[in-house]
Amino acid sequence: MGLLRKIRATGRVAEPAPPRPEGDAPERARELGGSVQVRCVDAGSCNGCEIEIAAAFNPVYDAERYGARLVASPRHADVALVTGPVTRNMAEPLRRTVAAMSEPRLVVAVGDCAINCGEFAGGYGVEGAVSDVVPVDLAVPGCPPEPEAIVAALRRVTGR
Amino acid sequence: MSAVGYAAVAGQVVVVGAGAPLLTGWMRQVRARLEGRAGAGVLQPWRDARKLLHKEPITPAGTGPAFRAAPALLVATTVVAAALVPLLSTDTPVSSHADLIVVVALIALGTFALALAGLDTGTAFGGMGASREMTVAALVEPTILLSVFALSIPTGTTNIPAIVSGAAHEPGRLASPAGLLATAALAVAVLAETGRIPVDNPSTHLELTMIHEAMVLEYAGPDLALVELGAQMRLTLLLGLLSSLFVPWGIATGGSWAPLPVALVLFGAKVAVLGAVLAAAEVFWAKVRLFRVPELLAGSFLLALLAVAASYFLNGAS
Repeated sequence: MGLLRKIRATGRVAEPAPPRPEGDAPERARELGGSVQVRCVDAGSCNGCEIEIAAAFNPVYDAERYGARLVASPRHADVALVTGPVTRNMAEPLRRTVAAMSEPRLVVAVGDCAINCGEFAGGYGVEGAVSDVVPVDLAVPGCPPEPEAIVAALRRVTGR
Repeated sequence: MSAVGYAAVAGQVVVVGAGAPLLTGWMRQVRARLEGRAGAGVLQPWRDARKLLHKEPITPAGTGPAFRAAPALLVATTVVAAALVPLLSTDTPVSSHADLIVVVALIALGTFALALAGLDTGTAFGGMGASREMTVAALVEPTILLSVFALSIPTGTTNIPAIVSGAAHEPGRLASPAGLLATAALAVAVLAETGRIPVDNPSTHLELTMIHEAMVLEYAGPDLALVELGAQMRLTLLLGLLSSLFVPWGIATGGSWAPLPVALVLFGAKVAVLGAVLAAAEVFWAKVRLFRVPELLAGSFLLALLAVAASYFLNGAS
């Protein structure tokens, strides 16, 4: 009963939806029609971006209301959210994950490391940025990017 | 048989097929609101299905006929079961074949097909999910059978439409100890069969705790759409069966047109209420450990056994 009282007292914590983000949606995103299944791939990140992705799907930012949902398998996914500089050991798994997704598929690079290796550029274990390994359709800059930025990128894909 | 009967069967299949994604969307929406979220809307599962149907189909290397046939078999068995179970009317052309054992066997056939498909992928998670699903199914099917047997003793037949129309004319049967015990047992069995909390978590991302999801990890595109539709239809069907057996009022029993729309509206309302209750309960419950699941299911089996015993001895219908 304590939980019931808490639910009633808290009410809705989701922030009001901000206006639809600027910028064109990638060509292939239009075929998805407002439903996007997301698979996260950590290609060697420091986990800062993972915390922000988790925050983007929490009740406050609630990315799920725009039709994006996290799934457990790349076979179910339309979008791969790739974080971190691609390490040597994760280059091949990343290629295979993207190959396992069915068309139309998109790759979203999240964070500065994913875009240009950021802090880790030139490291001995780093293979390169995400775009050196798989084609990237959308990038979310920031170290780490704010949940609003991740939600905005996902909204450009879902078109909602 | 009359045109009304055929219309009722067609109505049952259409309402389960088209309504199942809406029920899932409605349950997700109820859950989202209780968690303080805005929610994706009731229509989101339909958007998911539309998108999946347009995606590229993928058959993983090394999979055989079991993997390819399972989604269609799952949906087909559920459609046949939806035609048989008296959701809108007890007087249909197929009602004489709507035996309890046939319906349970159809549901088990769908489970079995999906478990074979999970094994066929050859992945660790597929095999693990299949083994878990079979463990749960072996405990759930007898419970469903026994709890409906408890209700069939006063009627003297295992024909589900006869049980439902008997209970609709004589509501005292449902308030008896046997009726209440059977309700509790069947409710737990339905939770386990449809893969809901506390037995399985339909929205989990942790492969190690999955049951149903682990078997379907390899499906993509239109096949995945069928698997998801099948799972949603089973949930609708079993909640509908639960409501037909224990809240049978409003189901058309005669051969006239007038009660059908009423039955349709009442069916939608009953299933929506059951779904909302289930979604709300899931917010309060945690998933139980896998090793505790057999205890839970054995408990529900015991309730069903008590229901049969109570029905037999207290009603003196021998």
